[in-house]
Amino acid sequence: MELLISVIKIVVVMGVMLGIVAYVVLLERRLSAAIQNRIGPNRVGWQGLLQPIADVVKLVFKEDIVPLKSNRFIHDLAPIISLAVALTTFAVVPFGDKINLFGYDIKLQIADVNIGILFILALTSLGVYGLTLSGWSSNSKYALLGGVRSSAQMISYELSMGLAVLGVVMIAGSLQLDTIVEAQAGWKWNIILQPIGFITFVTAAFAETNRLPFDLPEAEPELVAGYHTEYSGMKFAAYYLSEYANMFVSSAIITTLYLGGWQVPFVHSFGFSDFWIGIIQVFGFLTKVILFVSFFIIIRWTIPRFRYDQLMNLGWKFMLPVSILNLLITGLVILLLS
Amino acid sequence: MSIEVIIFFLVAISAIVSAVLMVIQRNPVKSVLFMIVNFFCLAIIYLLLHAQFIAIIQILVYAGAIMVLFLFVIMLLNLGDESLLKEKANFRKMIAYLLSGVILLELIIGIILPPNTFLQTQSPEAVKIGSVEAIGASLFNNYLLPFEAVSILLLAAIVGVVVLAKKKFK
Repeated sequence: MELLISVIKIVVVMGVMLGIVAYVVLLERRLSAAIQNRIGPNRVGWQGLLQPIADVVKLVFKEDIVPLKSNRFIHDLAPIISLAVALTTFAVVPFGDKINLFGYDIKLQIADVNIGILFILALTSLGVYGLTLSGWSSNSKYALLGGVRSSAQMISYELSMGLAVLGVVMIAGSLQLDTIVEAQAGWKWNIILQPIGFITFVTAAFAETNRLPFDLPEAEPELVAGYHTEYSGMKFAAYYLSEYANMFVSSAIITTLYLGGWQVPFVHSFGFSDFWIGIIQVFGFLTKVILFVSFFIIIRWTIPRFRYDQLMNLGWKFMLPVSILNLLITGLVILLLS
Repeated sequence: MSIEVIIFFLVAISAIVSAVLMVIQRNPVKSVLFMIVNFFCLAIIYLLLHAQFIAIIQILVYAGAIMVLFLFVIMLLNLGDESLLKEKANFRKMIAYLLSGVILLELIIGIILPPNTFLQTQSPEAVKIGSVEAIGASLFNNYLLPFEAVSILLLAAIVGVVVLAKKKFK
């Protein structure tokens, strides 16, 4: 029965997540259109709501082109790594409290591991391979430069990301994401307790997901399309999907670590039954995540791209010292309060 | 056979196969990939031994950071003709074969001969050792001095790297 519940959870979460990610693409196109005073895709279905399905159908039927003298196996493997890493990270993110369904207590989290944060950091560090290998296997200078840039960028920003998370870990006293969410009950959200850590983590998350203003691995004016220049059809779609999946999962992690996770303030004061409180909390989590995804999108369409040396200077000379300072201050305050 | 034993054998066999493939591969990038597969197999074996912390650090540090640097360097060097790197058989190589043969023999003897500790179940105390809390407690209680010494060593290495990197621009 335990196994069956887990399988059902995995299937439902994956299905819902892929659906949301497909619609995040539409959200980005509509939002960017609004920012640039255009209309955006609104022809397929009501307000363009069937656009993602039309896009996927188009991409499935496209020809898969593999460049000459490229390494076929690695060329096929790279997008799979990217997408798998992006989707697996969500496994440890709790999206709701325990909920009682058909007499079973179901925990709304796929895997409640006690090293949740380390799991997330390990997987994000593996995401580099998808980009680096695609760059190398394509046998193209633009792709190779994109791959090299992505690995340098991700290694640089992983450090400040890990150090920023440590502040949250020190406050909650645990690496388990569930405990971290519970420690933020009420209004004790970590964005209030850890403002510097929050800003560093969000900046690092932008760099790790290769989104503007840090999208140097795929900078269009310099590198055509960067690491996925030589990809077409479904393999290109896998990269496209993994970019948005990464964005969604990063927002989910930021929500969990800094915005109280599935906690909805004052939900208990309205006298709902436990079941409905559980449902409200899940929707509260999703609302926070979607709002943060919109923040990602708005940043992309309003801030220009950094230059490469600016990116490295920001990462090593500013964010790293700031996050170490944040760690020291957090430790000192915890010591004084205890 | 319990499911743990089945997983152990699957992972152990793929660890050995990937290690062998890593050594005999002509293409250095493929060698790196097989090494990553090997690290993953080792991480799963650590997990089977309830050492979650070491398992995740194995992936985070080795597969996630060190191998990325390996790949980075290999990609930038762009080793075109790998056959040029082939070494001829020499005295040094013979000794290497001999040593690895002896180690293999020792391992086989150690596993086969009694007392047979192969595939034993773990005691509850042994399970606790691998947790993050237990490792932290022992690092900061019993092994504080070695821990600090290692951190100073690492700091010295970082300072050394900065000094070496700065020299170029003078």
